[in-house]
Amino acid sequence: MSPGAPLLQVTAISKRFGGLVAVRDLSLEVARGEVLGLIGPNGAGKTTAFHLISGFLAPDTGLVRFDGHLLAGLKPHAICDLGLVRTFQIVRPFPHLSVLDNVRVGALARRPRMAEARAKAQEVIDQVGLGAKAEQRAGGLTLAERKRLELARALATEPTLLLLDEVMAGLNPTETAAIVGLIRRINEGGVSILLIEHNMKAVMALSHRIAVLSFGEKIVEGTPAVVANHPRVIEAYLGEEYVHAPAG
Amino acid sequence: MKWLGAAAVVVLLLLPAALSSYAITVFIFIFFYAFLGQAWNIVGGYAGQLSAGHAAFVGIGAYTSAVLSVQAGLTPWIGMFVGGLLSAALGTVVGYLGFRFGLRGFYFVLLTVAFAEVCRVVALNTDAVGGALGYYITFTGDPWQFQFQDNRVYYYVALGLMLGATGVVAAIERRRFGAYLIAIREDESACEALGVNTFRYKMLAMVVSSFLTGVGGTFYAFYLFSLQPGAVFGIPLSVEIIIRPIVGGAGTVAGPILGAFILSPLAEISRSYLGQGGWSGAHLIVYGLLLIAVVLFLPRGAYPALLRLWTRMAAQ
Repeated sequence: MSPGAPLLQVTAISKRFGGLVAVRDLSLEVARGEVLGLIGPNGAGKTTAFHLISGFLAPDTGLVRFDGHLLAGLKPHAICDLGLVRTFQIVRPFPHLSVLDNVRVGALARRPRMAEARAKAQEVIDQVGLGAKAEQRAGGLTLAERKRLELARALATEPTLLLLDEVMAGLNPTETAAIVGLIRRINEGGVSILLIEHNMKAVMALSHRIAVLSFGEKIVEGTPAVVANHPRVIEAYLGEEYVHAPAG
Repeated sequence: MKWLGAAAVVVLLLLPAALSSYAITVFIFIFFYAFLGQAWNIVGGYAGQLSAGHAAFVGIGAYTSAVLSVQAGLTPWIGMFVGGLLSAALGTVVGYLGFRFGLRGFYFVLLTVAFAEVCRVVALNTDAVGGALGYYITFTGDPWQFQFQDNRVYYYVALGLMLGATGVVAAIERRRFGAYLIAIREDESACEALGVNTFRYKMLAMVVSSFLTGVGGTFYAFYLFSLQPGAVFGIPLSVEIIIRPIVGGAGTVAGPILGAFILSPLAEISRSYLGQGGWSGAHLIVYGLLLIAVVLFLPRGAYPALLRLWTRMAAQ
């Protein structure tokens, strides 16, 4: 495939749950090396979009193409094998396993030998700053640590595209700043990122481009500066009256 | 820990010289149920898929090798693998239905029980294998037909089965297969996201487990010499298989063995002492009480609890 083609190309996907259209005609592109932010009010369909891209749900219509492969009908594990991995908004550690064993499960995807997977897991754990907790049971971690663990497990599968679903939710400003730095370093290491995030400061700082979802549809897409001042974005978040309200 | 295991094996190898015939029988049952528990442990303990119908695999293995031996003269030393393969075939069917259609928890339990019950009813109504009267093997004492004059041979065969299955489980635990099974037990969706083909690994666990259990059926048939559909396919046997690993520690290598050493003597004692006073079946009450105690106080089984105690003592 040509180097200019996007790594991820989502073309007009839709998903309906009964009478509710969760995602409507959504198209997105993530270029190689890019961080694309996906924002929008609660219930806008962001997490559903993640489920559709990562194979946990099948779209009713539309196509997802990743790194030259059509993802239609592929299970999440097969999509992970291709290099696309996601984290969960509600973190899902293996609670009875140690941090190291948790991350090793991810590492085994590319390194079937236990010793090699363990070494890779240790490396990733150090990278996300959980080195001191490697032998601790995942069930006993704080929320901030669990978010790092979720990130570490995904990273251990050595993805080319990482889908991060609110990895900063519930963290204090210091913890958030640390994660922002971490994500930036991951991206600089060559991993493209699609990021769902409510923390605007973090999204603005990290994303090269941002797509805004509202009621299942993409309403705006552009650079952080463009999106931040776009009237439709302000309308989606705060309601119509705020757009025309006098400043102050 | 390794030392302890090796020492225990040596003791068990030397033990028959010092044991009465009755004590040897007790040990044979300990080893045999530890073997069955270990086989169940792969799918039920490690992968966390609670099969409550493992008696079906014992029964298929037992009937297969018994019929092949009696009707066709095939040695059970080969028949045991034929029985194992047929059990694995049934395991494949049960696993496919359960895992492809996402039956979890109680629903998977019901599916496995239903299959075992179907097997029981089929055996009950198939005259070719004796129907309700059961299937009997005439004792000849021919080792080629898996029959031994000396009880101690059964002792060593059962011990070999237990150690063999334990070796299989230990090997699984050390490999990616085992790491994946444990992770599947912890959180299946998270596994899928991390590139684990959960369906494939659950199926593999079910096939290995049902194969080993089916092999055990041959021992059952040629130790007891009579097969009754209600006994060999029945829910009580399935419960006997499950309860030892759960009490000892499901999803651990030592759990099923420890559970068998706790439960089988207990069952034996309550059967022989309470049975005399017209209290037959009292061992089931003992099981029930013990299970309640384990669930309340040692939800992960006796072995993990012992391990914690050990590390605490070592730390002091």
